[in-house]
Order: sequence, then C-alpha cells, then structure tokens
Amino acid sequence: MILKGSNISFKYPSAKEYLLKDINIEIDSSKITGLVGDSGSGKSTLCKILSGYITKFEGEVTLDGEKLPKKGFKPVQLIYQHPEKVMNPKWKMKQVLEESWDVPDELLSEFGIQKSWLTRFPQELSGGELQRFSVIRSLNPNTKFLIADEMTTMLDAITQVQILTSVIDIVKERKMGMLLVSHDMPLVDKICDEVIYFKDINGV
Amino acid sequence: MEKLLDVENVSISFIQYTKGLNQRDLKVITDLTLDISEGEILAVLGSSGSGKSLLAHAIFGILPENANLNGKIKFKGKELSQEDKEEIRGKDIVLVPQSVNFLDPLMKISDQAIGHVESDAEKKEKKVKQREIFEHYNLGPEVDDMYPFQLSGGMARRVLVSTALLSDPKLVVADEPTPGLDEKTVEETLNHFKHMKEDGIGVLLITHDIHAALEVADRIGIFYSGYVIEIAENKDFSGDGENLLHPYTKSLYRALPANGFELTKGHQPLHGEIQNGCPYYDRCEMRFDRCRDERPQLIDIGNKKVRCFKYEEGA
Repeated sequence: MILKGSNISFKYPSAKEYLLKDINIEIDSSKITGLVGDSGSGKSTLCKILSGYITKFEGEVTLDGEKLPKKGFKPVQLIYQHPEKVMNPKWKMKQVLEESWDVPDELLSEFGIQKSWLTRFPQELSGGELQRFSVIRSLNPNTKFLIADEMTTMLDAITQVQILTSVIDIVKERKMGMLLVSHDMPLVDKICDEVIYFKDINGV
Repeated sequence: MEKLLDVENVSISFIQYTKGLNQRDLKVITDLTLDISEGEILAVLGSSGSGKSLLAHAIFGILPENANLNGKIKFKGKELSQEDKEEIRGKDIVLVPQSVNFLDPLMKISDQAIGHVESDAEKKEKKVKQREIFEHYNLGPEVDDMYPFQLSGGMARRVLVSTALLSDPKLVVADEPTPGLDEKTVEETLNHFKHMKEDGIGVLLITHDIHAALEVADRIGIFYSGYVIEIAENKDFSGDGENLLHPYTKSLYRALPANGFELTKGHQPLHGEIQNGCPYYDRCEMRFDRCRDERPQLIDIGNKKVRCFKYEEGA
C-alpha cells in the first residue's frame, strides 16, 4: 500500500507565505518511515493533510491510487502529541474507546491498560496512560495507515518503549503503514527503515 | 560549598470531594527529599502529570488552599514558615516559570521585570540594573518597551531568565523550562543554567526531559509515583547504567533509544494506588518479601541516595 502526496502546497489563510510548497511524498506500508524536521517547520500541518483533517490545500493525497474518503471513517489515522486534547473530557475512557471500535480484552492488556482505568475520566489518568488509549482507539480494523506525530515526545523513556513496541507489532501483523514524525534522531534511527528529511521535500 | 536548600520528607496531599460531601485525602507527593548546594544544578526528573511541579509551588508558598503540606523545607539550614517564604521569594529564591504565559500580557517587559517600586529613585536604580542584565542576555533596549506577545520563543525565555536574576538570587527554581522549544532554544536555555552555576547560584531544575537533565545537572533526583527513589550523579548515567542504583533508574536509562530501547513492563502506580510497601514492588525484578509490606526509606550511599532495601546494610 502506498500513501502518496503529490504537489502539496499549503498556506494558512492569514499568512502571506506558503508553509508547504510542492511537496511530493510517498510512504510505503511495507516499511516504517520516519519524518524528521525542526519544530514549527510545518510537519504537523503536512500530517493533517495526509490524514485528511485539512481538506483545503493544493495538490492531491491518495491511498493506493484512490483519494481519501470525504465522509466516514478515515483510513489514515493521526495520533497527536497531546492525548488530553483529543478526548472528550466528559466521557469515561470506556466511551472514548467505544467511539471508535469494540476493543478486545487481549489488546487492552497488551497495551498495559488496567480494567479500572476504563471507568475513569481523562483527567484522572496520566499522559502516558492516556496515550495508550489514544493509540488503541486509532487501531480500528479499518485503519490502513497510522501517522504518529511526536506521539511519545511527552512520555518517559520506558513508556515510550512500551507504546512503540506494541504499536509496531500490530502495524506489522496487520500489514498497516506507519509514519513516525519525531525530532529525536536516536529514536528514528532505532525504529524506522527509512527516513525522510522534511527540509529536503519542502520547496518553500 | 554551602548548602542552600534542604527538602526533607515533604508530602503534599489534596482534599477532594468524591460523592456528595464525602471527602478523601489524595496524596500526590508522598516523600520528597533532596538538597542543593551553591553552584550546583540538581534536576528532579519525573513524568508529566506526576505532581513534581508542586514542589516548586511548595518552596514558594503558593500551593492552593486545599493542599496539605508536611515535612521540612529549609533554606541555609533554617526551616521556612509560610511568612519566611513570602519574605524570601523573589529575592533569595526565584522562579523561572514554564512559559511566556506567566508574563502579564498588558504590561511592558521592562516594567514587569522591575516589578513593584516605592519611589522614582528606586525605579531608576532598578532600571539601570535591569538594562545591564538584559544586555548581558542579548536583549536590546527595544525589548524594554515591547509587550510579551511581541517576543519570539527564544527572547521570551531570555526575558524570564534575566528577570529572575534581577534580584541577585542564591537559588533559582526552573519549572519545565524546555518543552515546546526548538533544539537551538533548548540549548540556549540550558546554557543560561550553566552560567548561573558558574556564578555560584544553585539551580533546581524540575523537568520530564531526561536529555535536558543529563546535559546540565550535577545530580539527578528520580521522582516515581510520589517518591524520590534515587538521587544519582550525572556520571552514573553512562555505559550500561551499571552504576545506577535503583532498578527503575536502570530501566529508564536502558529504555533510551540510544542505549538499547529495552522494554520494561508495568506502569507507575497512580496517586493513591500504592498501599504499603515499595512503590516499585509490582515491577521490580530483584524484590524481597519484605518489599511488599514494608516501605524502604531513602538512604545515603556516599554522595548518592537510594530508596531500596537491597542497599541497606546487611541486606
């Protein structure tokens, strides 16, 4: 499977200059790809375009030659750095998960999620614990591609290993694609089969 | 080198309402012990949301009303009361806050750096000093009349640091000074702390960023589930981590991508989840029977400290 962005250009409505210009990027699901670049350079914006969260841009995004669906489940799922910002604070964790899919118990325990956490509200869990939910929620069976945007930056090193190891196991088992966005070079070197440098593809 | 700050067995809990009028006492920090001397940088390393920022609030006497503080906080050997803290803060002990959001958005930079003054003469005098320090941190005269929103990330950081240094402090407490900054600004911020150290100032760096801690700190206190479980020296974080004492610290070091990316199972117990015994009992590979019911104390091993029965004499 190939996730492909062709001639992508983008600028925020209020900005004068383009943030992204003529970006061509191809991500192959048989490998884990890393995307490296400085903060503020537009990596996160590119991620939102590739996953279909930003729809007003120049160029085209295709998954295996087809455009991303405008409605319904998004086959390219984006995981953010801050899980507390993407969960309804008034829902308990069980509901947060069920919003996406019916998660089997084995998967919960594989990600080290305790049963008792399911009845808590997001603010009653730590960032590392919430990020596990955020990842599992995105692993709906219909997900084809995972984009992890600084997914483990806020976490301690041990939690980082736990979450990434579990995610990569599943990504390989289900033959999904994965793009890991990070500024942590040792991490990218450790995990990724291929590295793309953002400044090399952005023609600003 | 003279001891500046001693934090002894500090615990902080909050009164929380559960259902109706039922209350519970939620312990966030159970046992925090550390000390800092002149010209030393000590980092407190803990995951985000672990409550380590409360330590800074406790030192400055700005905990919320429903918080309960126990234990001793001493400055130069003298235990600080709430009145002492109010007297000393902003003078001998200063805070470098997390972000530019701590500045008043409606006040010009130089005015808030100088702060409250009694007379015009005092203002003039302080203004000269402020300009001198700002100049030292590469902040030109045009910055004085700017408002916080006009500062770039790096400039804002320099404003916060130089404002803190305006009162000639003995001790600087920096609460998460690095997140959300690009590499260059992080580097620059950490260099500020190195300079303070050279000037004999003690620095308490509260952070979740192990790289930042290892870059500047002399000693590193590891904060786990409300406890300080080890205070290690910077040089112990090397090789295979064999000089680190606590099993958690070893795992943490070996989990870094550059040191093997080793997997350790389990999670940090949340506030109130620890019953008795050692906070690391569930995950520990070298635990004894007594670890389940008995809580180890923080013991001294040379210049270091560890909370683990394995290192007690006769164990």
